Amino acid sequence: MDLRDHTALEVGRMVRERRIGCEELARHALRAIAETEPALNACVTVLEAEALAAARAVQARLDAGEALSPLAGVPMVIKDNICTAGIPTTCGSKMLESFRPPYNATVYERLLAAGAVLVAKTNLDEFAMGGSTETSRFGPTRNPWDTARVPGGSSGGSAASVAAGQAFYALGSDTGGSIRQPCAFCGVSGVKPTYGAVSRYGLIAYASSLDQIGTIGRDILDCAAALRLIEGRDERDSTSVARPPEAEAPAGVRGLRIGVPANYFGEGLDPAVAAPVRAAAQTFAAMGAELVDVALPLVEYAIPAYYVVACAEASSNLSRYDGVKYGFAGAGAESLEELYLRTRSEGFGMEVKRRIMLGAFVLSAGYFDAYYKKAMQARELIQRDFGRVFTQCDMILSPNAPTTAYKIGENIDDPLKMYLGDIYTVSVNLAGLPGVTIPCGFAGGLPVGLQLIGRAFDEATLFRAAAAFQAETNFHKERPNRPSVPCGREAATKNKDLGCGLQVQPTVEEARA
Amino acid sequence: MNYEMVAGLEVHVELSTASKIFCGCVTDFGGEPNTHVCPVCTGMPGTLPVLNRTVVEFAVRTGLALRCDITRRGKFDRKNYFYPDLPKAYQVSQLYLPICRDGALDIGGGKTIGIHEIHMEEDAGKLIHDPWEDCTLVDFNRCGVPLLEIVSEPDFRSAGEVVAYLEKLREILLYLGVSDCKMQEGSMRADINLSVRPEGQAELGTRTEMKNMNSFKAIARAVESETKRQIEVLKAGGRVRQETRRWDDNKDASFAMRSKENAQDYRYFPEPDLLPVHIDDAWIERVRREMPELAEDKRRRYRADFGLPEYDARQLTSERAWARLFEETAARTGRPKAAANLIMTDIMRMTGDSGLLPEDLTLDPAKLAALIGLIEGGQINRTVGKKVLEQVFFHDVDPEAYVKAQGLLLVGDPDLVRAAVEKALADNPKSVEDYRGGKEKAFGFLVGQTMRALGGKADPQLINRLVREALAGEPAE
Repeated sequence: MDLRDHTALEVGRMVRERRIGCEELARHALRAIAETEPALNACVTVLEAEALAAARAVQARLDAGEALSPLAGVPMVIKDNICTAGIPTTCGSKMLESFRPPYNATVYERLLAAGAVLVAKTNLDEFAMGGSTETSRFGPTRNPWDTARVPGGSSGGSAASVAAGQAFYALGSDTGGSIRQPCAFCGVSGVKPTYGAVSRYGLIAYASSLDQIGTIGRDILDCAAALRLIEGRDERDSTSVARPPEAEAPAGVRGLRIGVPANYFGEGLDPAVAAPVRAAAQTFAAMGAELVDVALPLVEYAIPAYYVVACAEASSNLSRYDGVKYGFAGAGAESLEELYLRTRSEGFGMEVKRRIMLGAFVLSAGYFDAYYKKAMQARELIQRDFGRVFTQCDMILSPNAPTTAYKIGENIDDPLKMYLGDIYTVSVNLAGLPGVTIPCGFAGGLPVGLQLIGRAFDEATLFRAAAAFQAETNFHKERPNRPSVPCGREAATKNKDLGCGLQVQPTVEEARA
Repeated sequence: MNYEMVAGLEVHVELSTASKIFCGCVTDFGGEPNTHVCPVCTGMPGTLPVLNRTVVEFAVRTGLALRCDITRRGKFDRKNYFYPDLPKAYQVSQLYLPICRDGALDIGGGKTIGIHEIHMEEDAGKLIHDPWEDCTLVDFNRCGVPLLEIVSEPDFRSAGEVVAYLEKLREILLYLGVSDCKMQEGSMRADINLSVRPEGQAELGTRTEMKNMNSFKAIARAVESETKRQIEVLKAGGRVRQETRRWDDNKDASFAMRSKENAQDYRYFPEPDLLPVHIDDAWIERVRREMPELAEDKRRRYRADFGLPEYDARQLTSERAWARLFEETAARTGRPKAAANLIMTDIMRMTGDSGLLPEDLTLDPAKLAALIGLIEGGQINRTVGKKVLEQVFFHDVDPEAYVKAQGLLLVGDPDLVRAAVEKALADNPKSVEDYRGGKEKAFGFLVGQTMRALGGKADPQLINRLVREALAGEPAE
């Protein structure tokens, strides 16, 4: 068995049981990155020296008896729009190519305290605007299942990295589906938490009222464990809240009412994607859940409302990149206005500029009421729609994206088509609800994911259902083809000459046997 | 045709909170450039604002003093524009739900100015042009210093009213302790919206906005100048352009900055990074309870409770520091008029002469009270009193200990004084004769001689009485 087939929690346990060292693990991850990066381009910055130093420091803390966390010492990656002090944080943009934040995002502070070992910052659509990780300044990331295809986006680098076994878990951000859709495209699990569950301090803003940091893992339990490390009230983010105490609930889905909105399976959904999602609903039913027909008729307004609100906020959030303080500055400007024009014309890519212009337009005098205000009203109606549905069911099951991963370049010149790819995910952000994505099958050799949407702050029920599904199925254990790295535990016990120096000690039971 | 001017004021005051509105940086004026800054107030990517509760409290306090309605569920909005002193390229302000609305301020003479609204916002940084290097530098120290913008109704009809309003507003803000209102340091700034119309016309004329006045005097001049300019334009058959104008105090004139056609579209929208500001009744009541006494109320109290004349009450409330010093001293001596006199004459003069501001004084009211006790109790005379006050003022000495140590206590024993009087009369028979011959001047000389003999430490009233008695012959037993 390959070490990369283990979950983060399993590897964390090996670390705590001293069956594997943190530094060896970091070396393993760095080697996996070195082997897969040429094909994938999932990482913007690989942190070789930093990761090894961090691993040694975590090992020392563990050896000194610190408890740390279930994921201490486990190599992980962070999307490159989350600030890491002294480490480049580029947002996949020329604008911030040279930016090294002097501060850490709260989530990274918490991860450091928990003993995380960061091995790379991952690629993304520029400023997290996109669904394919094609608009990055650093070139597209490729899908590990088929390198001619996109990994989804905007957290495509994080999803591809976990899928390819570079890292055991990842942080992404999700404004309209940017965690869930790449997880579906790459066959990994992910969670977009309730708005406010995780501090946004240090997440470089795209759309402040929609952005939320979440986790990506090989299974949902890894996502839940990683979320536990980063969530909770943060005094530096006024919109963050402490998670309310969770009621004890039995494992499994028996008695859970799962809403299935018929109009989420209608026109626009690839039948090859619909089939495994419907089958998954039946699996839940077979496990004891009750399937309920629900109606979410306002979903058709979700895309326009989302693009109005998100672009409006983005146009304001991205105004600070003016060439005066940090990042890229246009050269040769003769006046202040010229500096602004050059910096912003040359520093931003096409999609970012498109959204800034859209946003500035919908906020401008004479158009505000017709667009922004209407969108906010639609947003409120969508929230109420969900509220009503959650009186009929405990969670909603839906497709994640209308298609599987498409070819690189296939949709890049068709922004509308690209935007419609967010149809199943954006309303969750508009309503501030939690959503998880788990693999539920394959179509044409490519992973298909399903989405579960829950009540605000009821991630626990989503995790319970997703974990039950993953206990019942093996879709999440499927791995893309990849070069074998002889660093697995089996290899370690059988073969002394590993090349990567990885030594995994047998478990107590194995030793006894 | 006669014209009437109509003006409204937008007054910005920097609040004197210890820290900035959305981060923990200090608000102190005059630090080295870019030393009072952090990632939040310089708008670094990914940073978020956290509202300073004291700012809300100061705004509520101001709103209550200006008889405003307090918005129970307020919000912040973003005002978007590009300028190098604004690092986020938007100012967090309040457009849709400002914290205070519909207030009023009496400015005397029966005139009341309506307060349209008061909103909270953040200040921007400062651009400093370096003529040697021919470059412009940015100082972000002021970025995020909390501001209140107090917007009046267009109720002003003269420059005098504008100045009266500003003086009254400044006095209230100072007494509320929410701002130091220093126009020179920019902690109080006023923009004027002004138009003129033919007398009797209900419809308002086209207005201009005037900026960059650095003193109340400049404001008065700017109002007069702009009124005159607009009237001249109209009289010449022209039309007033809606524009923003910049006052140049040196040239005593204003210049157009930008016209309405070039006005910015600020693309306001609700600030998504901050939660709504909830202000409940309990909070408002607490602020009301803890509201400092305003100058107006103090003056009333000084007249009623202390029997001070209006002039004294005005002088003592002209600065909050004087009022505080007066009240604390008066309370300790129980002689408010004596305390008032001491402060209004000698202390104000010494403060001015030493180039100090009243709020800089560290005078101990207990020591002033002790000094007043010495003077009023006849233990030292007023001339000695002045000397002792100087010692208290400059060296913080204890008056009682000081007069004892310096032997300045008045000779209180009438027998000693009487002996000195007799000696003076005996030594100066010519003067005695002159006096009895009707030369009143000789009396003063004899008093002086007695005082000199006593080293200046006797009560002059007592000497006066005893000299007169001695000259009149043997006092009646």
